[in-house]
Amino acid sequence: MHIILNGDRQDFPDRLSANELLHTLGLTGKRLALEVNREIVPRSMFDSHIIQPGDQVEIVHAIGGG
Amino acid sequence: MSTVMHAPAPVTDDPLLIAGVEYHSRLLVGTGKYRDMVETLAATEASGAEIVTVAIRRTNIGQNKDEPNLLEVLPPSEYTLLPNTAGCYTAEDAIRTCRLARELLDGHELVKLEVLGDEKTLFPDIMQTLEATAVLVKDGFKVMVYTNDDPIVAKRFEEMGCVAVMPLAAPIGSGLGIRNPYNIRTIVENATVPILVDAGVGTASDAALAMELGCDGVLMNTAIAGARDPVLMASAMKKGIEAGREAFLAGRIPRKRFASASSPIDGTFF
Repeated sequence: MHIILNGDRQDFPDRLSANELLHTLGLTGKRLALEVNREIVPRSMFDSHIIQPGDQVEIVHAIGGG
Repeated sequence: MSTVMHAPAPVTDDPLLIAGVEYHSRLLVGTGKYRDMVETLAATEASGAEIVTVAIRRTNIGQNKDEPNLLEVLPPSEYTLLPNTAGCYTAEDAIRTCRLARELLDGHELVKLEVLGDEKTLFPDIMQTLEATAVLVKDGFKVMVYTNDDPIVAKRFEEMGCVAVMPLAAPIGSGLGIRNPYNIRTIVENATVPILVDAGVGTASDAALAMELGCDGVLMNTAIAGARDPVLMASAMKKGIEAGREAFLAGRIPRKRFASASSPIDGTFF
């Protein structure tokens, strides 16, 4: 399936949980926040939340800023 | 009997209270524009700051995966992280950023709200900032709001429930210092929440002046990170803030047009 990940169109297997997506990206255990179609997916839902084709996914973290 | 020499009593019990939490440093620092994480940490430590701002941005996917994470260098267990909404030009983007930050930081509710008006001045868009404030306060956020140096608007943000109001001294990153000390003073006099100067400070005397005007603290980034020696400037800012605060508490002499001799006239022998 195609999803829009941090603004880029990317291919992933169907029926992917949020956790599996993060694992595929090598981001497991990193401090980040996840938004799907502008709705926050809480960390407690990473296992159960299934990414759908066409989803707009944003993965964000904290960086230096003033 | 010899006279006992007294060291000046340091002001030890003068905490900054924001949203019910006591802080002992009145200098808040940003973490942007540093060369690397080593410099970020060294300057932050030298500043003595307890509250540090961070930005929320997309995680790099598949690139620089091993680059050090800011939150490992400045862990939430040691610093109060203040996520900002820098780069947001609409209330909607700012609200979205705050909600992501709250999730990222495990329910942390203290945020720095800034909604910008244009790229040239980075002045706040007050209409959008008011709109975002209403939503965020209702949503349980503790909002520290970046605003201009307008006393009427500053009071409005306080009435809306902001936990701190942060007027600019001058445009962000400009280093122009406090352009309107009279307005800053008026904002401070009107306020019942902490007033922090946010943005525009250039050097330690600017920070001292903000504190002498009665501000509760100063938030800065570029003035430290952009200095030739950021760690030394961080230390200078710490002292500027402390000196300005003590001078404010001590109460300065009034300005007079003509001289007033410091040595007594009585007992002169000439």
